[in-house]
Amino acid sequence: MRDVAIVAFAQTRHTATDSGLSEPELMLPVLEEIRSQTGMRRFGFTCSGSCDYLAGAPFSFVSALDAVGAWPPIAESHVEMDGAWALYEAWVRLQHGDVDTALVYGFGKSSLGDLRSIMTLQLDPYYLYPLGLDQLSYAALQASALGASRADLDAVARRSREAGATNPHALELPAEPGDPVVDPLLAWDIAPITDGAAAVVLAAGDAIADLAARPAYITGIAHRIDPHYLGMRDLARSASAADAARAAGVGKGHVDVAELHACFSHEELILREALGLPDSTLVNPSGGALCANPVMATGLIRIGEAARRVMDGTASRAVGHAASGPCLQHNLVTVLEG
Amino acid sequence: MPSEDLVADHVLEFPGGYTRTTGPVIGRFLTELRDGRILGVRTQEGRVLVPPLEYDPGTGDPVTGEWVEVGPSGTLAAWSWVHEPRPQHPLDRPFAWALIKLDGADTCLVHAVDAGDPKTLRPGTRVRPRWSAERTGSITDIACFVPEVTRIVSPVRVPYKIRAGASLSRFLEGIRAGTFLGSRCTTCDKVYVPYRSSCPECGNAISGEVTLPDTGTVTTFAINNLPDPRAPQVPFVSAYILIDGADVPMIALLGDVPAHEVRQGMRVRAVWVPEEERTAGMGNIKWFAPTGEQDVEL
Repeated sequence: MRDVAIVAFAQTRHTATDSGLSEPELMLPVLEEIRSQTGMRRFGFTCSGSCDYLAGAPFSFVSALDAVGAWPPIAESHVEMDGAWALYEAWVRLQHGDVDTALVYGFGKSSLGDLRSIMTLQLDPYYLYPLGLDQLSYAALQASALGASRADLDAVARRSREAGATNPHALELPAEPGDPVVDPLLAWDIAPITDGAAAVVLAAGDAIADLAARPAYITGIAHRIDPHYLGMRDLARSASAADAARAAGVGKGHVDVAELHACFSHEELILREALGLPDSTLVNPSGGALCANPVMATGLIRIGEAARRVMDGTASRAVGHAASGPCLQHNLVTVLEG
Repeated sequence: MPSEDLVADHVLEFPGGYTRTTGPVIGRFLTELRDGRILGVRTQEGRVLVPPLEYDPGTGDPVTGEWVEVGPSGTLAAWSWVHEPRPQHPLDRPFAWALIKLDGADTCLVHAVDAGDPKTLRPGTRVRPRWSAERTGSITDIACFVPEVTRIVSPVRVPYKIRAGASLSRFLEGIRAGTFLGSRCTTCDKVYVPYRSSCPECGNAISGEVTLPDTGTVTTFAINNLPDPRAPQVPFVSAYILIDGADVPMIALLGDVPAHEVRQGMRVRAVWVPEEERTAGMGNIKWFAPTGEQDVEL
């Protein structure tokens, strides 16, 4: 396996409402920051993650390339998923050995439509979509299946909000529970509507040392998926997250920091269990998705935040996790080491 | 940036909707549903999948051709409660989304439960489908699930006419006049209020009538959190009050004081309705209220 490391990471100052920027306008400052961090304008491979349903326009991701600059033609790909899966594709691409750098980005504006109902569109069209099951309802169903105590959920939400208050990229949110939304979820158990974007640069082989003094090496990366239908899996746990963590080798050493893509308080509890994280692991020091959830960038940001802590020396071994699908159906786990 | 925001409405829509083929397994399920039956399919390992899939999600193996009628009742495994239904939800009033294990199935069905009140739901609550009036071969042919019948309400209402009897009549006459009448047993040397014609301790007839003041002391009390038509508000306090000069307490409401401030030994006085409204009934006394005097050692 070829050594691959994260050598740069940048993200927007995420917003709770539409700041009036188009997707390429949202991406451009992030890419400028990446260019300044790496001194590079062209990469061996470029891969992005986004979802056309957020903007309600087919192939909307193509326009984001205007911020990348695609001429002369670049080698480019896209996943209709969180940017974390674009990072996975780029990691695979670097394993081919013929290119040494990859630009990965993800972006999303959840403010344009009703995200809770847009998320209904990802459900199977026969058994779930016709019911109009929305994102908050199925998340609450999973919280109910887990049966976590209100105190445990509050502890996750409170710690996340407190951490997020120190993160300049996160939203400014009140450190109080708020009203019941869909029982058992309260307002602060739910990731906020967010617009934002993020980008990561991967390097392989000799390019790693050229681009970063302290790269964050990807020593493990894997993703696994559970059955889609919510009644055909145990919603109280995440078998696929546990499988991905095992395949990525999370348990081979102490995890100093874990950034978990938990869009709801109870998801963090399920993920900590699945990843086998001890209490000594610092979870979501960025505030996590509960403090900023730019859909389609949130998972990539988790990997970027974990890498940043390896690159700045505050962690020697970190885990970045991304999730996709209803009720943590699909999980990607990366292990990052200095 | 332009000087003002340019904003336009935009709708993404596929007019008429997508046409999707169902395949043999989902198609069979939806066809049976249209006829009011819920069928599952058996996997090679022997589990019954409801709703059925073409493959076993655990192993990826194709399912067998064996169909099993399940339900229609089932039990709740987990549920969330929607306070404010969305336009696309199947119900327009608060309801539950639930994982329902239909009888005979090994997996859970996701559907809505019209339960009225979330407090009526428990793990294991039995539910049954409410079918749509017109069925078309869709998961929404089940309009929702509803709890099974596990209880009925039996109203009881029988009218009577009751007479107060001689002792109580005498006491209530006193009440109409704004006084408390008691009786003294000369054998036991005890004063009872309300007035009574025999001593409950020795059984002797009592003839001695005494007029007592409308002040007394709280001996014990209860804070009631369930509404009662006779009480002014919730929580309300009912107390045993030892009328000054009496040897046994009588029960009455306390008012004009927050429930948490009521204590044993508190001095209280009856609050009477205005004289012109008085009748020969306990309604003459709104409640007892603190006098503000020093508490009494009981």
